[in-house]
Amino acid sequence: MVRIGAFLVGLFFSGWLLVSFLLGAVAYVTDPPAATVEHEFHLTPKHVSFSFDGPLGKYDQAQLQRGFQVFKEVCSACHSLKFVAFRDLAALGYSEAEVKAIAKQWAIKAPSVDPATGEAATRDPVPADHFPKPFANNVAAAAANNNAIPPDLSLMTKARHHGSAYIYSLLTGFQAQPAELLKEFPDAKTPEGLHYNPYFPNLNLAMAPPLTAEGQVTYGDGTKPTVDQMSQDVSAFLTWTAEPKLENRRRAGLATIIFLLIATGLAYMSYQNIWADKKKAAA
Amino acid sequence: MSFPWAEQYTPKHPLMQWVDEKLPVPRLVYNAVGAGYPVPRNLNYFWNFGVLAGLALMIQIVTGIIMAMHYGANDLVAFSTVEHTMRDVNAGWLMRYAHANGASFFFIVVYLHIFRGLYFGSYKAPREMVWLLGLVIFLLMMATAFMGYVLPWGQMSYWGAKVITGLFGAIPVVGEPIQTWLLGGFAPGNASLNRFFSLHFLLPFVIAGVIILHIWALHIPGSSNPTGVEVKGPQDTVPFHPYYTAKDGFGAGIFLIAFSILLFFAPNFLGHPDNYIEANPLSTPAHIVPEWYFWPFYAILRAFTVDFFFIPAKLLGVLAMFASILLLFFLPWLDTSPVRSGRYRPTFRKFWWILLADVAVLGYCGGAPAAEPFVMISQVAAAYYFAHFLIILPLISRFEKPLPLPGSITEAVLAKYGKTDGETVAVPAE
Repeated sequence: MVRIGAFLVGLFFSGWLLVSFLLGAVAYVTDPPAATVEHEFHLTPKHVSFSFDGPLGKYDQAQLQRGFQVFKEVCSACHSLKFVAFRDLAALGYSEAEVKAIAKQWAIKAPSVDPATGEAATRDPVPADHFPKPFANNVAAAAANNNAIPPDLSLMTKARHHGSAYIYSLLTGFQAQPAELLKEFPDAKTPEGLHYNPYFPNLNLAMAPPLTAEGQVTYGDGTKPTVDQMSQDVSAFLTWTAEPKLENRRRAGLATIIFLLIATGLAYMSYQNIWADKKKAAA
Repeated sequence: MSFPWAEQYTPKHPLMQWVDEKLPVPRLVYNAVGAGYPVPRNLNYFWNFGVLAGLALMIQIVTGIIMAMHYGANDLVAFSTVEHTMRDVNAGWLMRYAHANGASFFFIVVYLHIFRGLYFGSYKAPREMVWLLGLVIFLLMMATAFMGYVLPWGQMSYWGAKVITGLFGAIPVVGEPIQTWLLGGFAPGNASLNRFFSLHFLLPFVIAGVIILHIWALHIPGSSNPTGVEVKGPQDTVPFHPYYTAKDGFGAGIFLIAFSILLFFAPNFLGHPDNYIEANPLSTPAHIVPEWYFWPFYAILRAFTVDFFFIPAKLLGVLAMFASILLLFFLPWLDTSPVRSGRYRPTFRKFWWILLADVAVLGYCGGAPAAEPFVMISQVAAAYYFAHFLIILPLISRFEKPLPLPGSITEAVLAKYGKTDGETVAVPAE
């Protein structure tokens, strides 16, 4: 009984799947799916190398500081960094006093309450504060940015495939729409207020090119602030904001694996030792 | 139960004698996973994965309990409490990455454990109950993993919850009320998150309980072995401890090395970037995909694209997805061949390899976007999956001519080391 029932159920599912396959195959051949502009013109991120590439790579503190400067002077006008606190900047090599000064002088003030009236007020941020958000809420963010809400950047490099290279490619990828794109897809002209960028999934994004000219920021360490350099630096900084424990993780991993290799070697020898008499008896 | 020649627990220390009289827990452990459990002497490395699955469960429970200490099961704060764990809790990043990758490793070892059982016929009499309880564990694991994935409240958490509970919505008439009841609302929200957290905390302990039953049921007939020939005498077995505890210790070392490589050097490799975006009910991800260990079943779900008269394709997909797991419960009665091990079943063995490749193809298609050619490939692969278990296996067991079986486990072991069959008779019990 079980086998007859199973046979019928199997026949039904397998048979109907093959019917669906045939119908799908016929449709695929007679009416092949049309090419889309995203499919043809979207690019995977450029290749770019960072100090933290590879299994044992580390952050370059000077680069993180430069990237932080780009974030502070350019990105932070629109983008929040809500999971990162000023105190975390100590990992970039800033002293306690420097962190305090950075927090105090931050252009956006922290929300607070007026102790006298209880009304909403603002105060200077302190190291324990997370980076204050540039907009009071999403409505304000959308209103100020052509209806697009600038996303929080804390986790951006982990929230995109090949995140570090993606940020770099996006920042350096703004360009005029290629002529062949418009020839092939006349309806795909970049709408008013958007900007063409082949590294963005749907090719047009609301953010205007944020890094446009060499020298947009002035680096304290004398590094030449080309658009390419600034883009790399801010990508490195945002990799750190997304994965601040990367170096601890890799260090702990190396120690763990060395320990496990030794322990497993010993376990193997003990296994062989215990089985020796059985194997000898058999062989 | 055990074989009559099993070693007996004889506590020497007066304290242990006293404990044994009052509550013989040490005796229980001794007989379950100690020297008191005789095990076939010829188990290969594929028999390591049961113990490794237990190890994976323990890693999940320990890391999970610690993470729960820092987690807020509320849709307003869930995402940021997970980030708080990653950034501000001592070794919080380690707990979370170990938990996320530990789930993957749990499934890896369980899939190997299942495919070992399929190859060596471990599901056959007298071990049907072991197989059935194993499937119950597998179902509980899937439920636990699904609910756990919702807890970080990222985009994939949210939309995954929506899609999976939406499966129940495909049931005619009562579907939508059931979906609303499961979620505690019309869409995933705080009520869903809270109950998923509660159940996600509960189910691992239910799994631990069913594992005890699984081992209990295993100990009635004793462990199977790669030849599929039952134990005939003391010369066929070795005590579990120290022989297999030593082997499992080595296996655990290899497991932990593989686990550490992923955990410490590519912790997000098996995850999806979208889950680092906070849940947003107003923005649907381009491709909603579950975690990799659900991909084969997801491919079966999506393979049904054509309505069967009055049955909508979506409902067919849901039925087929559940059927693809439920049919495994009938496996001991579908495969009627008296020979257990694939080693001595030449035709069965070929189809086992096809099944393995088929599930891999289904997995690949399940992770790919729901577009051609992946839908067509998954349709053929899913058709094979059902045909394999429901049509091909019963036919093979009927018509296949198995190879001659060795006379005993010991004979097979000696043959491996080049001794002739004649000598085996003289081999004394160890």
